[in-house]
Amino acid sequence: MQIPAPFDYVRAASVGDALALLERHGPESRVVAGGHSLLPMMKLRLARPEWLIDINGLAELDFVTEEIDRLSIGALTRHTTLLESALVGRLFPIVHDAERVIADPVVRNRGTIGGSLCQADPAEDLSTVCDVLRASVVIVGPGGEREVDMADFHRGPYESACEQSEMVTEIRLPIVARSGSAYEKVERRVGDWAVAASGASVTLAEDGTVADACIGLTALGMEGVATAAAQSLIGRQPTEEAFVEAGRLAAEASHPTDDQRGPVDYKRHLADELTRRVLRLATQRAGQSARTGSGS
Amino acid sequence: MQITATVNGSEVVRDVEPRVLLVHYLREVLGLTGTHWGCDTSNCGTCVVLLDGQPVKSCTVLAAMVDGHEVRTVEGLADGATLDPVQQGFMEEHGLQCGFCTPGMMLTARALLDKNPHPDEGEIREAISGQICRCTGYATIVRSIQWAAAHPATAAVDGTAETVGAQA
Ligand SMILES: Cc1cc2nc3c(=O)[nH]c(=O)nc-3n(C[C@H](O)[C@H](O)[C@H](O)COP(=O)(O)OP(=O)(O)OC[C@H]3O[C@@H](n4cnc5c(N)ncnc54)[C@H](O)[C@@H]3O)c2cc1C
Repeated sequence: MQIPAPFDYVRAASVGDALALLERHGPESRVVAGGHSLLPMMKLRLARPEWLIDINGLAELDFVTEEIDRLSIGALTRHTTLLESALVGRLFPIVHDAERVIADPVVRNRGTIGGSLCQADPAEDLSTVCDVLRASVVIVGPGGEREVDMADFHRGPYESACEQSEMVTEIRLPIVARSGSAYEKVERRVGDWAVAASGASVTLAEDGTVADACIGLTALGMEGVATAAAQSLIGRQPTEEAFVEAGRLAAEASHPTDDQRGPVDYKRHLADELTRRVLRLATQRAGQSARTGSGS
Repeated sequence: MQITATVNGSEVVRDVEPRVLLVHYLREVLGLTGTHWGCDTSNCGTCVVLLDGQPVKSCTVLAAMVDGHEVRTVEGLADGATLDPVQQGFMEEHGLQCGFCTPGMMLTARALLDKNPHPDEGEIREAISGQICRCTGYATIVRSIQWAAAHPATAAVDGTAETVGAQA
């Protein structure tokens, strides 16, 4: 029977209260959101916080709001809420592509976007999604509030820019005209973590060439995004040749490891193939967005 | 710590250690052993219960987290002697073999039908995709849920189906 080591538990009444509790209880205190990464680690005694600060009651962190140039998502927004939001699907179809294959529907009822990004597991799907959408993360702490780009939010596996005394409150996804995005993952079985996955966003110029692109890989040993692969597309027509080249460069930039989910060659092949597929779909969606005038 | 929760419609107040998981609280503290305890890793789904109407894996929720909330377990499905249509469906369509996954499957089915009374087969399969039937009896589980969808209000005091409400 897996049972966590003993700890004390307290429920935060507000974001301010959670921060005060983190400060009062010090380095051995952690916030818990959906608990679907932290509790399994505590059950295996890989994590042994002395204090858990439960933020599940903070309705103020559970929202999806469209603003003029961005979509704001509260840190406590559950996977299920994101998947069921028509607004999210219309503006950022990549989020729905990913959410459909994150764990299973029951796990998705608990897990949150804030918890996913803070967990920073190399196989976390939403990290890649937020990378390629060039999201920013709002962090609050004793020193006030700051907004951090995903590039700076990443500090490596299981580490982020959110310090122990701080909390993530919001994720911001910029809305860019004439843009499309897509995500595809290969998993061993339904509900499993990625063997490999790729995500892309593409922005088209008036003349149909690629004005901007971003490509991210999940569970493929990448720090950040595949810059050279994305660069190779810019200024070019989004043709199959261009996607093949970008797929090749993405695979080259990946550093997969051999594990129970598959050998290196297979994973590198997936990096290539999945990148081509998401580029095709993201470009098609960008074309639709250019015609209808809707977002990414 | 003291927690107060509504379990199957009744308020219960108990003292538990913060590290007690919901599955063990239900089984050991409240004696509601209908909730099964399986893989311990949030994969198998036999421990699924409804938390405020939504299916959750109770091996990955702290009992402390349900303070002030509503929990429904398999014991809370029937209304007295009247089985829930989902339970009746599992009887009609032979939805259980060994029965280990059944409580979790039935609660997920109940939550699905509450939200979407007329799911298609794909939606049913998606809803139960986080739960494993070791007997691989998925086809009959799906048919059981379809049966329940087609018989939304069924009185079955003696275990036989008898439709009393409006049809789907
Ligand atoms: C069986 C299973 C399968 C899964 N499969 C996948 C998958 O395929 N793909 C995938 O991407 N994920 C998967 N997950 C992970 C799931 O998405 C988790 O829910 C998610 O990683 C963490 O979210 P959470 O809200 O549960 O975080 P928690 O477990 O509550 O917290 C995780 C970490 O983040 C910190 N934290 C949480 N919220 C905040 C905040 N607002 N500010 C600061 N720190 C915070 C916590 O202190 C902790 O360190 C799976 C999980 C399970 C159990």
